[in-house]
Amino acid sequence: MSASTVPASSWDRVRGYAPPPRYLPVVATFALFVGLYGVGGMRYEGLSDPQVLLSLLLDNAFLIVLAVGMTFVILTGGIDLSVGSVVALSTMIAARTLELGWSPYLSIVAVLLTGTLLGLLMGVLVHYFQIQPFVATLAGLFLARGLTYLISVKSISITDPTFTSLAFKTVYFGEYYLRWTAIVALLTVVVAAFVLARTRFGRTVYAIGGNESSAVLMGLRVAATKVGVYVISGFCASLAGLLFSLYILSGNSLHAVGMELDAIAAVVIGGTLLTGGRGYVLGSLLGVLVLGMIKTIIAFDGTLSSYWMRIITGLLLLAFVVVQRFATRRQR
Amino acid sequence: MTQLARSKAVAPPGTDRPPVIEMRDITISFGAVTALDRVSVRLFPGEVHALMGENGAGKSTLIKALTGVYTVDDGTVLVDGERHEFHSPAASQAAGISTVYQEVNLVPNLTVAENMMLGREPRRFGAIDVRAMNRAARKTLLHLGLDVDPATVLEDHPIAVQQLVAIARAVGVQAKVLILDEPTSSLDADEVEKLFAVMRRLREEGVAIVFVSHFLDQVYEIADRMTILRNGRLVEERMVAQTPRLELVRLMIGRELETLERLDRAPRTEAEGGAPLLTAIGLGRKNSLEATDLQLFEGEVVGIAGLLGSGRTELARLLYGADHADTGELTVRSERRRLRNPRQALARKIAFSSENRKAEGIVGDLTVADNMLLALQASRGWLRPVPQATRTRLVRDYIEALDIRPADPTALMRNLSGGNQQKVLLARWLIVQPEILILDEPTRGIDIGAKAQIQAKVAELAEKGLSVVFISAELEEVLRLSDRLVVMRDRHKIDERPNDDVSVRDVLEIIAGEAREQGDRDA
Amino acid sequence: MPEPTLVRRALRHPLLWPVLALLVLLLVNVVVNPSFLSVRMQDGHLYGNVIDIIRNSAPVMLVALGMTLVIATRGIDLSVGAIAAIAAAVACTRIVGAGDEGALVTAVMAVTYALVVCLLLGAWNGFLVAVLGIQPIIATLILMVAGRGISMAITDGQITTVNNPWFSDLASGFVLTLPLAFLVAFGMLLLTAALTRRTALGMLIEAVGINPEASRLAGVRSRTIIWTVYAFSGLCAGLAGLVIAANTNSVNANSLGLWIELDAILAVVIGGTSLMGGRFSLAGTFVGALFIATLTRTIPNIGIPSEVNYLFKAIVVIAVCLLQSPRARAMLRPRRRRPTPAPVIAKAGSPA
Repeated sequence: MSASTVPASSWDRVRGYAPPPRYLPVVATFALFVGLYGVGGMRYEGLSDPQVLLSLLLDNAFLIVLAVGMTFVILTGGIDLSVGSVVALSTMIAARTLELGWSPYLSIVAVLLTGTLLGLLMGVLVHYFQIQPFVATLAGLFLARGLTYLISVKSISITDPTFTSLAFKTVYFGEYYLRWTAIVALLTVVVAAFVLARTRFGRTVYAIGGNESSAVLMGLRVAATKVGVYVISGFCASLAGLLFSLYILSGNSLHAVGMELDAIAAVVIGGTLLTGGRGYVLGSLLGVLVLGMIKTIIAFDGTLSSYWMRIITGLLLLAFVVVQRFATRRQR
Repeated sequence: MTQLARSKAVAPPGTDRPPVIEMRDITISFGAVTALDRVSVRLFPGEVHALMGENGAGKSTLIKALTGVYTVDDGTVLVDGERHEFHSPAASQAAGISTVYQEVNLVPNLTVAENMMLGREPRRFGAIDVRAMNRAARKTLLHLGLDVDPATVLEDHPIAVQQLVAIARAVGVQAKVLILDEPTSSLDADEVEKLFAVMRRLREEGVAIVFVSHFLDQVYEIADRMTILRNGRLVEERMVAQTPRLELVRLMIGRELETLERLDRAPRTEAEGGAPLLTAIGLGRKNSLEATDLQLFEGEVVGIAGLLGSGRTELARLLYGADHADTGELTVRSERRRLRNPRQALARKIAFSSENRKAEGIVGDLTVADNMLLALQASRGWLRPVPQATRTRLVRDYIEALDIRPADPTALMRNLSGGNQQKVLLARWLIVQPEILILDEPTRGIDIGAKAQIQAKVAELAEKGLSVVFISAELEEVLRLSDRLVVMRDRHKIDERPNDDVSVRDVLEIIAGEAREQGDRDA
Repeated sequence: MPEPTLVRRALRHPLLWPVLALLVLLLVNVVVNPSFLSVRMQDGHLYGNVIDIIRNSAPVMLVALGMTLVIATRGIDLSVGAIAAIAAAVACTRIVGAGDEGALVTAVMAVTYALVVCLLLGAWNGFLVAVLGIQPIIATLILMVAGRGISMAITDGQITTVNNPWFSDLASGFVLTLPLAFLVAFGMLLLTAALTRRTALGMLIEAVGINPEASRLAGVRSRTIIWTVYAFSGLCAGLAGLVIAANTNSVNANSLGLWIELDAILAVVIGGTSLMGGRFSLAGTFVGALFIATLTRTIPNIGIPSEVNYLFKAIVVIAVCLLQSPRARAMLRPRRRRPTPAPVIAKAGSPA
């Protein structure tokens, strides 16, 4: 009688806390990540080192940025298949312009401008000409890949001192370290999360994904927003391309083949609904980390071949898509 | 002009104020079809104005003209005496016209507050101030007497609350005119009361409310004035209190000139039938049809009369398995089994022609021949195509028998007129040789010649032993064809009688009379 | 009604534009290289650019045949490239692992085995779409992601090289002076045509694609139909993968059939089948596949690095889609008195 009537301790409140259902997918992804890290840490010596976590960010910086852009597009119910090719194009533009002796800053601007313009083009095709997103961005995929080959069929390595110093610029936290690229990626996530949660543009993105015709009837700026998400995705793809070229220090037409699939998978595993309207960039970040963790575990194991990565990604994708399908069906 | 002169006479008493909206001689056509033909409507501040009419009367088109979804071909729209042309929903909203549609037009995945404030959220330093937004939303909700937490996600609320949130959004933009297009179709009685309380409050504040509903009780309870439309034309503008229900129903349904020959049919008596071919007991579905019984005998035509939304279409769909029934049982011949899908119905020789010809009937890009043979082919499976000779013969025979024009089996279905499309659909179902044929508004929106032909064909088939469930908004037609009459209202059957010397007036009285009784009781 | 003249009928024929585009492309080649169209006979085989084009068009044509049917049902199959890679991997490992690597029976067994696997994979896609009701683009994305991993798992991540003359004939063999690969694709075209137009499958596919609800009410088994077309698409993709593998006598799971889904979709769209589903044209797809193969050949012929072909494909995709887009057409047409009151938003619910 005495002990049990004591008001619920804060621990009880924590224990009894149930997150709102809309956060469940992100929580699930987080749990998956923690679980993988825990199991991996127990099985493989050295994996539990916190630097492994930081390296995840570092090795996947470009994918994080790519997934952020993709999240915007998928939230409106669209899809962007062009991002892998835009990454390749970006590495090529950076490599080629630097080879021609451009200032590295000018080269960065050229890369970002190209990606943004390609995004704009696709957005206009999708919204104003009502071409299905996957077809319009498929055109974008071909276009970017074609332009890459047009610049050079061969691989060009990047030797510009500014670029290489940027690539290896490191921030230390005690004995652990991060590279600049990872910080740029995290900043992108923060900015994107703010835009989606707290700006009119961001809320309109969700509204379009929830019900586009309602959004039109509510008098929202649907056209600008729908074109806008493709512009953002294009920009993010070129930024990811820059990060990728810093990571790999070369421009090559064969870079990033199929990377759009990794980005889409990360977004879906992060709990964003492919039909639009539901999801968070934080989830996409976690999605990338889950994929990265699996890759790390496969690397630590040594006996597993790298192709398992794709198969596991496919299985995760399947699981999330099927669960989402039944979750949304029950709501109706 | 005469219409307008007459409507002047019924300006609401006590309002010397000019109308807030005046639509004069509005005409809208889609290709060759005129959806609205010189219709005039006036809205006064502080009134609830009901827009009445059956399917195809032009209610939706009128509303869409006012909300800027459709562009007006001819005629003028005056807002506070000033001419306006609306080319987009945004333009109409800017003029103070807000609309709440039957399908909740909000975004299910955002919060209640966001749904109310989206597009005009309070901002601080460029960021949405969520707290201020929730506060403002709560204020509006409380003002309307609604206790809803603005921070909750919209889709977690029942449809009724979503509907009220939609109204709250509409009100929040300082609407002068609020259009409610069938807002009550998915609400239960309590929820309707809540909605009406909100409407009354807004009326007192001087908002002009346009109200569309299929429920006569509701119209009589809440509306002050009404405009009745039929076939895209203005019938009359009336004060609700001075219009008996019977007259309203008559005005809505209208009478067709008796140009059609009477169909001579030997009256059938139930004794002939023996055991019923089909028996439904307590067949019902949530939010669409309350438990309903129905029997159908061989060679009998059962006519279902009732207004739009009365449950007539819903019953037909349950009989065919087009929708799943939640309750009740269905016995076809002696087999007791609820139908789960159309295939099961077809296997039991039941055929159903939907009232929605375009969305659920025709396959526009296929040929007339393919459309005719679709059901037969579906029942045979793709591996066994209908032999070419049979195909040619069937198509030729039915084109001839139903006088389908053009008499070209290779013509694309979408290029045919409505009447001919309907004949092709009739042929589609006759080709599978059903024993029970359910026809839901088979003559809607088609020319008078085709209408007579279809009616004659139905009578002829019934003579040959086919059992028919015939649904139509036109009472004359139902009476002319049916042996037995079922009257429906507010989602259930209210009357059933053999059709001997039943007049249109009798049926109107059943539809309206019941309504009056219930209305009186409620009041 | 006056009898339409031959010219007028030709002008209205849906194949007019694809065929014209193909002819223009050939003309460009002839201008650059006057002997482009010449074909010579050698050892009982025909040789020449045209023969190369029809031979190279085989994989895309095969994939596009299945894709045409899938698209007609309002679907899409993104997994065809991955399925092609799996087919090649299965066949090649079977051949390598067989007792007599060079025997005809080995090749036949391997090919059969691979095709059965692909049929199952296609059926899996169909299951996700027809039974679970997942959007086609999402459902087939799953296999698109996992497929190359599966293919690598089968070959154990190695580039597997085979040595079986019968198998390589699939790509480089000649029968009746024509390349076997083309004959296989053409045979498949005829088979598909027979399957859809001699049975009722084609009509039912179109009905489901044009108006799913009307079809349901008419008792069409749309599930079975959808299931069938995805399985068929898997089969076609598998066959394409085998032709590609036979061409190099090897399988590289990473690159085999890469982006072939995009080429196939392009071929279908060029052929006049709308991505919105409904009426389909197998002849159009045939011309579309030839167009793509010709385009791929044209680019090096006019002195541009062949890899840049993607750029031209992008332009073709955009051009074709714009031509099909009602909005773009409306902009091209001279403005009428007033725009048709096109519903800005199609309101669901009861009409009028």
